Parts: sequence; structure tokens; C-alpha cells
Amino acid sequence: MNQTEAFYQRIEKALQNDQVRQNIRSAMNGLMQKRAEQFNDPEELSELREKARSIRHYSLAKQAELLEKLEQKLIENGIQVHWAETAQQANNIISTILKDAGAKTIVKGKSMVSEEIGLNDYLEQQQIEVLESDLGEFIIQLAKEPPSHIVAPAIHKNRQQIAKLFHHFFPELSYSEDVNELTLMARKILREKFEKADAGVSGVNFAVAETGTLCLVENEGNGRLSTTSPDLHIAITGIEKVVEKLSDIPGLLNMLTKSATGQTITTYFNMISRPRQPDEKDGPRAVHLVLLDNGRSRIRFDNDLLETLRCIRCGSCMNHCPVYVHVGGHAYGTTYPGPIGTVLEPQLAGINNIGALTSACSLCGACAEVCPVKIPLPKLINQLRAEAVNEHFSDKPVLGKGSLRKTPEVIAWSIWQKIYSNPFLYKTFSWFATSLNFLTPSKLGKWSKYRTVPKPAKKSLNQLAQENGFDYE
Amino acid sequence: MSNRDNILNRLKQNTLSEPVKIESNVSSFVWSKDEKITQLTKCITAVHGEVHHLTNIHWIDWLNQELPKRGLKQVLIGRNKVTDEYTYKADKSVTIHHYDKPIDSWKDKLFNQIDVGLTTTVGAIAKTGSLILWPDAAEPRLLSLVPPVHIALLDANTIFDTFEQAIEELEWAKNTPSNALLISGPSKTADIEQTLAYGIHGPKELIVLIIDK
Ligand code: SF4
Repeated sequence: MNQTEAFYQRIEKALQNDQVRQNIRSAMNGLMQKRAEQFNDPEELSELREKARSIRHYSLAKQAELLEKLEQKLIENGIQVHWAETAQQANNIISTILKDAGAKTIVKGKSMVSEEIGLNDYLEQQQIEVLESDLGEFIIQLAKEPPSHIVAPAIHKNRQQIAKLFHHFFPELSYSEDVNELTLMARKILREKFEKADAGVSGVNFAVAETGTLCLVENEGNGRLSTTSPDLHIAITGIEKVVEKLSDIPGLLNMLTKSATGQTITTYFNMISRPRQPDEKDGPRAVHLVLLDNGRSRIRFDNDLLETLRCIRCGSCMNHCPVYVHVGGHAYGTTYPGPIGTVLEPQLAGINNIGALTSACSLCGACAEVCPVKIPLPKLINQLRAEAVNEHFSDKPVLGKGSLRKTPEVIAWSIWQKIYSNPFLYKTFSWFATSLNFLTPSKLGKWSKYRTVPKPAKKSLNQLAQENGFDYE
Repeated sequence: MSNRDNILNRLKQNTLSEPVKIESNVSSFVWSKDEKITQLTKCITAVHGEVHHLTNIHWIDWLNQELPKRGLKQVLIGRNKVTDEYTYKADKSVTIHHYDKPIDSWKDKLFNQIDVGLTTTVGAIAKTGSLILWPDAAEPRLLSLVPPVHIALLDANTIFDTFEQAIEELEWAKNTPSNALLISGPSKTADIEQTLAYGIHGPKELIVLIIDK
């Protein structure tokens, strides 16, 4: 099965699951509404977005310099820095650090980059116990499913499904479908793990070069626990997360929390700059940061596509995406779903692997309208569509360019082009199309599986215009 | 060549034209002390926190009245000039514990026996309703996180308008604390059906005592 067929099969499956669609629909409605309440002044919103865009763009423009500065500062602060070009390297680095420390059990804060590299599976193969501690991540880890949303990973499940899951894994706890009770159960189960874990793994929302600070945004406190309670903390992040100054943070933080969950600010904003100091009583004795490239530096090479890297992973584009809302995150089959996934994943994994995602977009533009850092997502999706079928390879550094080019499509379009660029052919064609419209087939292969085939009208627009007295040109 | 050099070299291949960054305007808010207290209180109570503005009662007297009522008995404090006073003035129903030993030897007690963590704060941010904590040797990082109730003392004169202003006036970048926190309510989650539930991992209750004399 090719990637397109596989993708359409996942969509088909998703569309048949009414329960999941309902769960996602109602969650997205809530998130959209809460975001809108935070941004009730359009003028202020447009200023805030422009500011956030400029901060992220500046950081990308100075990226190499800032990463060097970040590294230098972190080392000064006592945090060890590692660089990984690929997912494999990142996994290796992390498992080596854990093994050297003799760590057998780890608790994790939510990290999409760790999902991207498949860290959990990798560590479990090495007999290291990994426990997700964010409630949503914990739920889907029990269900053995990937996240379906980058901010709310278990959004596709409802409370009954979660209650059953908890009951299955923890039969000693009494069954409940009450959200508060379920939350308390998770607290109880996870507390002990936090207390005993040998190491904590987390992501990073922003890394500040000026001060060597790793910033984490969260509501639950599991991120703080994972990064503070065990003796060893390993953070992993994409190389694009660096910003220049501490004063860049408020503008981004504000846009992140408001866009993501409609919160003025999250419960915790945790800024880590040093491991436990000699006189301190707690905190990890060793802190490591793994900087992951995994294709990001290639994206940065192109001035259009590099806009992708401004993303602060708020998830707002998927909350507002009509395609995402219908098919959900799993249908994409990638770590990052929704509009940002559609743009990012084919660039990371190659169009030859996952370029079919770009077809799941109606170019409605809702995502670009809400993106807090003004990424022109539909424009980028369109560019990737062009790259996917490009014959004359462009200088864009996209993997698998031209791999979705199909001969019948190429022939059809070149005939179309001939007809439309030649007045005589065009006239002949429109005469045939209108006079012989009864010959229009009612089925056009797969295309008409979900669509009605359009029938040409009896008279062309041209004819109608002439009859109504327009000059013919 | 190392991974590091490979990555940096690739990044250096595309030099973008000198970009312009829009800097923060620190003075865009100018609130009076009372306005700041009102705004802070509004934000924190909106997310299920408690705020008490103590103008003519000492915070220790407040604790001595309230903690027994709420059945809170085991209180953990740091080694700090402000909270030290509480050690010998606490109500007799309360046992004071000091966070003065490395956590490794008494994690079990911290996780399972303490009711309240009492901390001071560096200040607060009115606009978002956030407390600023810079945990250190005297008031460790887990003190405000592990106990089910966090009580924070806030000096009314240290409330900033915005995060931007706090960064500038505290000379945050120069002073870079090992760990810094903005705490804007009790721990919460909306991971099940987007329904809010409090106390998932951190404190279930956050009580802010604004000290204003
Ligand atoms: S692309 Fe924009 S809207 Fe989508 S997650 Fe990234 S920052 Fe948010």
C-alpha cells in the first residue's frame, strides 16, 4: 500500500468512529471559545502576534550564534549539553546518560520531541521503565496509543473510556467516571513514582541563550516534579527553541498560553538554570540538555519554509482546522498532526514518506489566522504540494521532491494547459462540452467516490455573455 | 566533525538579512498598589486560589486562627528570617518541620506526612496573577510543590504590573536564580474531557497572604 492509500485508509477509519469525532469536536469548540475570550481586542491581538513573530524570526536568523551562546551559558551554569543530528543519536545519548547513572526508572514530563524520536520504546527495549506523568500522556500510555493532539494528548477519549482503562490497570481502586475522582486516582498512582524515580525527562518550551535557562510551561506540576525530584534531569528540545534574551520570554509565553488553552498564564512557569548547588537541599544533581536537529537545519535553509520553525507548539492551528476536527490526530499517523504537522512532517520525514498529508487541507486559512507567530500555513502547504509533484526540481531543500508526481495527472494537466492557452482549441472544447453534456460520465474513478461529477451547463459563460450583449474579446 | 559542528555549519549556510525584533514596552502599565492587589486577587481567585489581604492582622495570627480550623497540622518551612518567627509563635496544634536537610534522606516524609508548605515570595505579577519564587538553599524547590497546601507570603510592596517589569526591576537576567518559578494557582489539569480538576500533582490549594502594613 502506498502512503496515500494508507493515509486515506486511516481517514476512513477515523470518520467511522463517531465517538472519537464527538469527543474531539466538543473539546475543540471549548478551546476555540476560550482562546477567543482571551483575545477580544483585534488591534491588540495583531500587535501581539507581530511582536511574537518578530521575536521568533529574530531567533531563527541568529540561530547558530544563539545556540553557541546557549551552550556556553549552560556549561557555565553546570548543565551538560549534547547535540544530536538524528533521532537515533538522541536516543543513544539519553540512554547512555541513564545507564552511566545507573537509572532504571524514569518519570517523564510531556515532551513532543521525545515522541518524535520514539524515546519511550527505545528505552523500554533497554529495560528502562518509563512512566509518563502528564495526566493525558499517562492515559494514552496505558492505552498504548500515540498522542492525538500536541497540547491535549488524550483529547480523543471520554471519561467513560478513561474510567474503564483505569479500572483495567488498577483494579484495586474503585471504579469511577467522575473527573475529580479519576484525577485523584492518577495523583495517588503517580506520587509514589515521583518519589522513587531515578531520573526525570522533560521537553523545553523556550531556551534562553542570554542566561542559559530552560523554560517549561505546564498546569499540573508533573513537569516540576519530573525535573526537580529525581537526582538526574535530562531535557530534550529541537534546536529551534532557542531565544536570545530573557525579556523575549513574556511576549511568547503570553501568546502560547492564550492560544493553546485560553489561559492568561499556566499554573506553573518553571525556569531551570542550574542543577542543585552545594548548599541546596533538593533539585537534580545533574542536568543535561539534548539539542535535536532531525531535519530542522535543512528546513532553515529555505527562506520560505523556515517560517515553519517559528512554531511554538500551541496547537491552535489544529483546534481551528476543519480537517483535524473531523479526522482527529491519529489519522495523520505522525507525531505532529493538524496544519503544523502537515507542514512540518513531510519536511522532516520526506515527501516520499508522508507527503500525502498535504492533500488533507482545504486551504480555508483558519490556521494562519490564529497562529500566534503568524506562520502562513496554507501558503506553505501549497508550496509543499508543488514540491511533491515538481518535475524541475526546485532549489528548495525538501526531501523526496517530485515523488508524488503521477503520469496520468501530468498528461491530464498538459492537455488542459494546451486547451486553455489556445483560443481555437478552447472554443472547440467548450462547444463539445456544452452541446454533448449529456455524455458526461456519472463516475470518474476514485474522485467521484465522495463527490458528484459536475455536468457542464448547456451554454458556456462565454455564450451567455455574448447573448447578454457583452463584447467578445 | 562532531554532530555539533555539522549542525552549526548547516545553520550558518543561510544568513538571513538583519532582522528587527520588537522589544517589550515595560512602562505600558502603571497601576497603583491597590489596583495591583485587586488585579492579582481577581486572577488568583479565578483559578481557585485563595488570597487574603492582611492589613491589620499579623500573618502568624492569621495562620494560628485558620490552620486549626482547617485541620492542617504538619507545616514545613525553610530557614528564612521571615518564617523563622513562626517556629516559636505557632499554635500548639501545629508541628513545624524545617526543610534544612538534603531531601534524599527524608523524601518519604516530605511526600507523605506534610500538610502545608509555607514559603516567602520574591514578588508577584498583577496582570497574570502570578507569584514569583526563586527557590534557594533557604527555601528549597520542592517546598512549594510537594505538600498538598502551599501558603505563600507576599509583601504588598513587591507586586509588579507585568512579567516584563519584574524581569527588568529584579535584574533577573543578571541575577539568574538556579530555579525560578511563576506560580499562578493550585495544580490543575483539563486532560479529561477538558474538564478542570484541581490538585493533580502539585498543591491542591494555594493560599496567598498579602502582607500590607
Ligand atoms: S503553527 Fe502556529 S498555531 Fe500551529 S502550533 Fe505552531 S504556533 Fe501554534
